[in-house]
Amino acid sequence: MSPEQLVFWILAPISVAAAIGMVLSRNAIHSALFLVVNFVTIAVFYLVLGSPFLFVVQIAVYAGAIMVLFLFVIMLLGVDRSESLYENIRGHRVISVVLVVGVLLEIITAIRLGMGVGSTGAPGWGAVNEGGNPQALARVLFSDYFLPFEVTSILLIVAAVAAMVMTRQRLKAVPSASDASKDEEVAA
Amino acid sequence: MVPTGYFVVLSAVLFSIGTIGVLTRRNALIMFMSVELQLNAVNLSLVAFSRQLGNLDGQVLAFFSMVVAAAEVVVGLAIIVSIFRRRATINVDDESLLRW
Repeated sequence: MSPEQLVFWILAPISVAAAIGMVLSRNAIHSALFLVVNFVTIAVFYLVLGSPFLFVVQIAVYAGAIMVLFLFVIMLLGVDRSESLYENIRGHRVISVVLVVGVLLEIITAIRLGMGVGSTGAPGWGAVNEGGNPQALARVLFSDYFLPFEVTSILLIVAAVAAMVMTRQRLKAVPSASDASKDEEVAA
Repeated sequence: MVPTGYFVVLSAVLFSIGTIGVLTRRNALIMFMSVELQLNAVNLSLVAFSRQLGNLDGQVLAFFSMVVAAAEVVVGLAIIVSIFRRRATINVDDESLLRW
């Protein structure tokens, strides 16, 4: 068994177990921490798949920035809110699990029929990553995908402004010093 | 070398777990985390197919999907915070009054 296969077979069960733990845990903090474990295992899979750039981005953006944001919001909203088990649609949990398992089996059948589970991919993967994966990725990103790249920068700015506008507290107007002096003049 | 199919099957399993989370949990934050899990599962299959086809476009798409996910998390959490301020709950069943 090659080292890559060893890494896969150790981390894949951890990844699935962390995902199941995320869905099942009652406490939102535990869910978030399970999700961090899952993100880190996915990052290692990126490394196995020959993409060290996405490995670093996954750790920094997902496991770092996004999960810290989630934890902040969980702390802000309070961690000990128990979830009601009342079902608006009778038996919807059982129905959704059955349906999702059906879809999963269908996807796996499609994968087996479509590409086969044993295929290891095109030869010449080393030539694609000429000069290192980040450099190769940068060549593609800044030539073929330059316009989408610039559009994402607009998207990020819009998202940041939207977050500030939506969570703004409408404070009552505090009388400033100039207003107070005006009031005194009126009173005089 | 690990076959691409293994990664794609793993990605399908993670996506299904995320879907179950979205469908069964009623806590808006945990539903949102399940959506993140689904996005990550799809990213994993994109990177796997990028190696399968010997082409970097899949990795570029995964990169863009991460950027969009970051923007989506920011806006989504802002919506959850502002709903919580107004109704003091993040149970999505209680937000069905949205239609009034």
